[in-house]
Amino acid sequence: MNDDLVKLKEGEEPLFYRKVSRRTMLGGAATAALVLVQSAAGKVVQAGLPEAAFTAADPTKIQGLPPGEAGQKSPFEQLVRLPSDTSSRTPLQDLHGMITPSDLHFERHHAGIPAIDPAKYELVIHGMVEKPMVFKLADLKRFPAVSRICFLECSGNFRTGRENMTPQEICGLTSQSEWTGVKLSTLFREVGVKPKATWFLAEGSDAAVMTRSIPVRKGWDDALIVYGQNGEAIRPAQGYPARLLLPGWEGNTSVKWLRRIELSDQPFMTREETSKYSEPVRDGKIRQFSFEMDARSIITFPAYPTQLDKGWVEIRGIAWSGRGKIRQVEVSTDAGKSWQCARLQEPVLDKAHTVFRHLWEWRGGATEIMSRATDETGYVQPTLAQLLAARGEDMGGYHLNPITTFVLKRDGQVLFKPETWR
Amino acid sequence: MLSVPNFLKRVRGSGNRSLLLLMPLLLLFACRSRDAAIEELQNSRDAAAIAETEDWPATFGFGKAATASQIALLDTDVRPDGRGLPVGSGDVVTGRKLYAAKCAACHGATGTEGPFDKLVTAAGARGNNGKTIGTYWPYATTLYDYINRAMPFNAPGSLTPDEVYSLTAYLLHANNILPADAVMTAQSLPQVQMPAKERFITDDRKGGAEVR
Repeated sequence: MNDDLVKLKEGEEPLFYRKVSRRTMLGGAATAALVLVQSAAGKVVQAGLPEAAFTAADPTKIQGLPPGEAGQKSPFEQLVRLPSDTSSRTPLQDLHGMITPSDLHFERHHAGIPAIDPAKYELVIHGMVEKPMVFKLADLKRFPAVSRICFLECSGNFRTGRENMTPQEICGLTSQSEWTGVKLSTLFREVGVKPKATWFLAEGSDAAVMTRSIPVRKGWDDALIVYGQNGEAIRPAQGYPARLLLPGWEGNTSVKWLRRIELSDQPFMTREETSKYSEPVRDGKIRQFSFEMDARSIITFPAYPTQLDKGWVEIRGIAWSGRGKIRQVEVSTDAGKSWQCARLQEPVLDKAHTVFRHLWEWRGGATEIMSRATDETGYVQPTLAQLLAARGEDMGGYHLNPITTFVLKRDGQVLFKPETWR
Repeated sequence: MLSVPNFLKRVRGSGNRSLLLLMPLLLLFACRSRDAAIEELQNSRDAAAIAETEDWPATFGFGKAATASQIALLDTDVRPDGRGLPVGSGDVVTGRKLYAAKCAACHGATGTEGPFDKLVTAAGARGNNGKTIGTYWPYATTLYDYINRAMPFNAPGSLTPDEVYSLTAYLLHANNILPADAVMTAQSLPQVQMPAKERFITDDRKGGAEVR
């Protein structure tokens, strides 16, 4: 039983669910949901109720729940991530709008989520600086703060191979939040970064002691040290209590649980920027420091496992680019023979998931639907064949942003069209 | 801009001379307005950044000076030039024993089997062969840095400098990069030339129309 459940004591009657049996109120039912009830003593407590309690009664004939300390999802809405040993994926097909709820933000970590006491948290900045400094969390929060909305995406965010794959499975290692924190440039100014410093090492305090080398210009440009996510403290899986945030760059560079920044005049060539997060390209070469995430889009509806009805369909999805704003998203409903411009939902932000929609009448014929994004640099989301032509047969699995196609069958079944290259 | 000559040829072919005469002007105008727009954007961003900080004090005074001992506790990173390597030494024989005891369970008896990352290039293997140290690691110093900071997976940060040097020596030998009698120290490790180094290039993607 959940530890948070408070058992009603003898003589305490719940005011709002008198019809529910005492035995159920005391918990133990496998399908119990947590709800708040008021005891006879006037104390508001949590108790277990079967889900049937939400549906059996006419809601207009019974008083509803009192206000509570923390909100709960409707028991009818139980979205979950899709975890593996090292990551969990955002259910893109089930979300509305441009913000990913914090508890559904994708995870990728290399040695688990560390437990960090915010009172003991420290960030050390040293190396090629005038004044090596250490900042506590409270210090970081005193500096002028900024908020921005941007996406994060793992550079390994591409899966294929089966028809029965959801957007979550194909592309669920991207999410978007409003982040709040201090500009790294503000801290650079405070410690006095020396003009000859060209790189900095960002180091996390997880068991991998994650490290990446980052060009100093990104620090002066738009890098943040964030402690806020969607209005509250960032989640432990997202780097609590503070992380680096490099808008538009591959997720691994936004080092979580950030404990140290060292300024240098050369990259450190850590494992995560040499043998990992680098990709084989043409002529036996291996491409390194591939920071920016190129423009990409994916249709999130209709997608597998949707069973589509004939008639008007609003095709929906998200598009994003690590190089700036999305300029245009085109949708094809005839397997790529023709393309129509989708409507972009405002706001269209720099380095941010942008929601697109396209109204279409499906008359019941078999077809393929797909979307392609163009960003403000003029980059057009490529096909997998174009990526393969550019990078060669040894093409690695990082930075793959191909056009994603869903096959629509006559019976309304929607399937992913898996394309493979090796 | 590359498409302009073709476009002019098409115009000339069509015999539309008035448009042809106008073209340079139109192009000039288009280019200038685009450059001006970019410059304006640049200036507005700079202006915003300057405006933001112009009222700021030289320093806010938040945080404390970091002491040398505070930094030393955290600063374990090792660079390609060997900076950061500690005093110590390790050899292949010692490394082989350590590997069997602390690494083989995850990386395989000879480093070729897995189940986790393959470290050693198997005899007769082609291509990247699972991105082994022999085929895919450009700097030997990275081995020291990574083993020291994150391995073994079930006891990260538990190895002594001599143990890390020994494991590094063994893994480089197993990949046919070092002889069996090699000894790794702060002086010798940065001298090791890795086969994969010449393959590494810096990201050449730039945005724009080209797919790379």
